[in-house]
Parts: sequence; C-alpha cells; structure tokens
Amino acid sequence: MIFVGIEIIEKVPSVLHTPLMSGANAIHGVVIIGAIIVMGKAEQDNYLALALGFIAVLLGTLNVVGGFVVTDRMLEMFKKKK
Amino acid sequence: MNQHLLTICYLIGSITFILGLKMLSNPASARKGNLLAAGGMSIAIFGTIFLFSYDENGTTHYLGNYIWIFAALIIGAIVGTLAAKKVQMTAMPEMVSLFNGMGGACAALISIVEFNHLSKELGATPTAEMIQHIQPTVLIIVLGLIIGAVSFAGSMIAWGKLNGKVKDFSFTGQNVLNMIVLASALGLAVYMIFNPQQHMLLYAILGLSLFYGIFFVMPIGGADMPVVISLLNSFTGVAAACGGFLYDNKVMLTGGILVGAAGTLLTILMCKAMNRSLKNVLIGSFGGNKKGVAGATGAQGDHKEISLSDAAMVMSYANKVLIVPGYGLAVAQAQHTCHELEKILTEKGVEVKYAIHPVAGRMPGHMNVLLAEADVSYDILMEMEQANDEFPTTDVVLILGANDVVNPAAKSDPASPIYGMPILDVEQAKTVIVNKRSMKPGYAGIENDLFFRPKTSMLFGDAKKVLQDLCTEIKNA
Repeated sequence: MIFVGIEIIEKVPSVLHTPLMSGANAIHGVVIIGAIIVMGKAEQDNYLALALGFIAVLLGTLNVVGGFVVTDRMLEMFKKKK
Repeated sequence: MNQHLLTICYLIGSITFILGLKMLSNPASARKGNLLAAGGMSIAIFGTIFLFSYDENGTTHYLGNYIWIFAALIIGAIVGTLAAKKVQMTAMPEMVSLFNGMGGACAALISIVEFNHLSKELGATPTAEMIQHIQPTVLIIVLGLIIGAVSFAGSMIAWGKLNGKVKDFSFTGQNVLNMIVLASALGLAVYMIFNPQQHMLLYAILGLSLFYGIFFVMPIGGADMPVVISLLNSFTGVAAACGGFLYDNKVMLTGGILVGAAGTLLTILMCKAMNRSLKNVLIGSFGGNKKGVAGATGAQGDHKEISLSDAAMVMSYANKVLIVPGYGLAVAQAQHTCHELEKILTEKGVEVKYAIHPVAGRMPGHMNVLLAEADVSYDILMEMEQANDEFPTTDVVLILGANDVVNPAAKSDPASPIYGMPILDVEQAKTVIVNKRSMKPGYAGIENDLFFRPKTSMLFGDAKKVLQDLCTEIKNA
C-alpha cells in the first residue's frame, strides 16, 4: 500500500498539489469508521464513551464531508475553463 | 452473510480510494476521482453502520446507538458542507488544515475510548498473561493517540497562523524542549505498554502530545505552512491506519496508509519545490532568525515609484508581458480583474502569460486554483522553469503581491533564510513593475532587494484597485 501511495503521487504537476492534498485529507477521514464502531459498541449507560464517540463521529464527518466538498470546489474551477 | 457484504463494501471503498487518488493526480480526471473516492467513502461508512458485527461472549452483536450515530453524522455533514461551501478561495489552506485537525482529533478520541474499554476489561490487578495478550493493542492505541493528538494540535496552530490569529513564537532551546516533550511522551508510551493498568498515564501522554503539536508548529513561519499541513495530513493518515490495525479494518488501513505514504511524498515534493530539506523547514524555522537576516542584507535604499498611467503605457506598448501573481492578488480577490487586464492587453496585441512559482500563495497550486476560478486559460499558465526561459525575452513583468518567490536574495545571499530556493528570475526582463500595498516585507519576513534595483518600479496600492485602474487607463490609451 505504501508503494501504491508513492506510485500515485510520483508524477503530479504542482498545479494539483493543493487539490491532491485536500483529497488525501478527505480520504484519511476513514477514521470515522473507527469512530462509528466505537459509538455503536458503547453501552447505553457508558456516558463517557457515548459522549466521546459522538464527538469523534462528528469530527470525523466534518473531516470527510468538508474535505470532499472543498476538493470538489477547487476542482470545479479547473473544469470551468473550456 | 453480512460479514461478506461488509468485506465487499470495504473492498469497494479501498479500490475507490486508490483510483480516486490516482485520478486526482491528473487534471482531466481529478474531479471524477474526488467524487469516486467520496462515493467509496459513503459505501464504507454505511456498510459499517448496518453490517458491522462483533462477537462477545459467544453471541453476535450489531452496532447500536443509531440515533447518536446519525445525529453526529447529520450535524457533521451539514456543518462540514456549509463551512466548505462558504469559505473564500483564499482561505482554502486554512480550511484544509482545520479539517485535517478534525480527523486527528477523531483518531485520538477513538484511542481514548478504546483504552478505557480495555482497562475496564483488565481490572485493577491484571495477570501477566493478560497484559501480554493485550500489549499489541495498547501499542496501537497509544500510537494512534500520540499521532492523532499531535496532528490535531499542530493543525489548529497551522490554521490559526494562516488566518493571522496566531503569531510566530519561538525561544532559544525550543527545539530541545520539543525533543524532551516528544521523548517523554514516547517514554511514557513504552512504559504504558508494559504497565497498561496505569490508565491515568494515557492522559499524560495525551497532554504531552498536544503540547508537542503546538510547540512543533509554533515557530515555523507562515511561508512554510503548506509543507507543515501536508506533513500533518500524512500524520493523520498514519493515525487512521492505526485505527485500521486496531479494528483489523481493511478500508481504514488502505485509506490511512495510502494517505500516509502519499502525504509524505507530497511533503517532500513541496520541499523540493522550495529547494529545502524537510529538516530545514522543521528546525531552521523562519521566525527564529528573522531579525538577524534583516540586518544582514541591509539592502535599504531608494525605490522608484511609477504612476498608473506610465505603467499602463509601458504595458500596452510591450510585446510580451508576464504576470507574476502572489498572495497579495489572492487577498485582494483580484483574480477576475487580473484576467480582465490580460484580455485587454491581448486585444491590443500584447502577448500575456502568467509565471507561477510552485509555492506562490499559501499552498502549492494555490495560484492556479485562483486563476482557474477567473477563467484564465490553462495554456498561458507557466511553471517556473518555463517562465525563467521566457523572462529574457519579456518586456514587462508585472508582479502582483508576490514577494519571496521573486527575492534575488534566494540566489545571492547565503545568510538569507530562503537561500537556495529557486525563484522566478524576473530581473532578466527589461522592466519590472511591482504592485504591493506597502514596502513591508513579505510573509517570510525578509527584505527584498528586488524592490531597490534600478529596473524595478513600485506601483503601490491594493491589487484589485490598481488592476481596475490599469484596465481603464489601457482602454482609454
């Protein structure tokens, strides 16, 4: 997987560095899956776990959704010219 | 059955991440790549919510607390979308940093909850056998906590720095202190792996990691922030991968490692564009030696001003004009006016091109994004090497709010903090017109000799205002 990552990035024009960073940023939002699992496993009366899990899912969602939307907005501008 | 479905979901997720990232690295397919990855992410998320099951005491459980999960998902999605839609193009780098911090915090929180879970199972006096059994898990949890917390704190500082809320701050011995803090966090982590019943230590590690994150980014100058964000981005990737190990979750592993590797490489690429090593960026911070440098160059002198009408005249009678956009253009939101000027000049038969330094603006590619927003054609955007070949045949170079990327000190003054960074060789051109708001040094805080050179004339004012006036002048000429 490390090599796949390196292979992918190797020949990127610097034009795309920002969107790429942003896209990668959205992808590491997969942590949210861990947060969902934490949340789903938490016992009903374990308020600490519930509260922390809730915040974790919330932040994870922000990361994922925000990340993809920002990336899309950046790329939209590239598409327009033509 | 559900387990297999979930595996398929994760497989789809993993593949879309790889393909998406691959497509993101090509201008033509980038947007589709992003959507593809987003789609894969949705599948993985909803797959997890509805299909994930785990065994406890011999019975199979599905995830509960749907109300909580969905509440968090919905709030997060709404806030995230709004924030991402509303943000100004110029504030994009801050936004990425902020979202990155959220991901880091998420990873750290997972570690905390999982550890509490674990220490409850463990009880107060675990047997040596039990400890041995959970050691790998503790290692991953602690690792995820440290990396996630550093990434979160660092990203928050980077965010604050980019929007000017946090100032550069450094003191002598800071690097030493940082190393001590990091070493003690790691030391505690190792201790913890062998003594997992000491669960309060986890918070000490958390505190130290946050502290390290803050002080690690604090002294780094704003001009280097993109590199830092990219680095923190790959940190969060690694933290996500830790989560993947923790839950033996393929899609988290794929996504995390992919971003970790890609992010690291991207960081190195960015450093290369500035001709500096990563170590140099992180330790030889701009902020620390700023004062010494201002004295060292000492290139004070007289600068020449040029009037609007003269500038308009020079440009409309030129054969070739190269525009060098910088952050000043972005701040003034002048990209549309800039395109306007370009069109007017082109109509007059002037060849207009843009010379874009790899690190112009606050992030690599930042200027391209901005100019693309203003419908500037892709063909006339030139990268640095290309532009440097063109300068000798150029009549007028118009520098719009760029500073460090055209600072000749990078070539001539070994004492300068940006020494060695490749720059746009604007001095090769016949005339250089610099638009800036004032004579203040740029973001890296360094004086720029260029402004005092005989070929250079200064055109003070807000980029947008100046460009508008130039347009009118040239039209009337």
